[in-house]
Amino acid sequence: MENVARSETWLWLAQRVSAMVLAVCVIVHIATMIYAVQQGLSTAAISARISGNLMWLGFYTTFVAAVSIHAPIGVRTVLLEATELPQKRVGLLAMLFGLFILVLGFRAIFGLYGMSL
Amino acid sequence: MKSQNRNHPTYWAFVLHRLSGVLLAVFIPVHLYVLSLAVTDGAMLDQLLGWTETPMVKLMESGLVVMLAAHLTGGLRLLVLEFLGWYDWQKTAVAFSVGISLCVGLVFLLNAS
Repeated sequence: MENVARSETWLWLAQRVSAMVLAVCVIVHIATMIYAVQQGLSTAAISARISGNLMWLGFYTTFVAAVSIHAPIGVRTVLLEATELPQKRVGLLAMLFGLFILVLGFRAIFGLYGMSL
Repeated sequence: MKSQNRNHPTYWAFVLHRLSGVLLAVFIPVHLYVLSLAVTDGAMLDQLLGWTETPMVKLMESGLVVMLAAHLTGGLRLLVLEFLGWYDWQKTAVAFSVGISLCVGLVFLLNAS
């Protein structure tokens, strides 16, 4: 029982700390979107911004990592409250969801970073 | 009785935070997959980006931006509440959160169109 309570505390903390990181990332992301959408979006414009740029690589890597921690914990809470699924299964589903985001995100970021212009 | 108890700004703030969270959880994998098309199928991505130029999709995109901003400001509201204590200006915080989110959506829409 104590272990369950402890893991809930860790999940709570992980979600809050990732939320703090995300707060900064989302503000930057919204500002970038508003700026980028003015010039019109295209494959060329997106890759020109990210390709070979270490700063954007660092930013998006942090962003995706924080999302892959934050979103699954939120999804877990929603599933636990909204469905009858057992806690262990929900935990597993949430973990798979987090991994899915991490893989999709890193694939996109590193792909864009390594693209030749 | 239950519905009366729930008809409160902070309850609606909770509903908004949850709905925007679920929506973002569904959207993010799609978004990342579409983004990776830049590497695997640039022509397809350009086609999809062209589709986002239509007014209806722009409006939907702005809705997503509002949801992202609402999840951000609603989340900041929660962090303030949890880490800085229980203040008596919670309704004001909810109003700020909604107001800022709508402003962000409007700025995005004005720049996109």
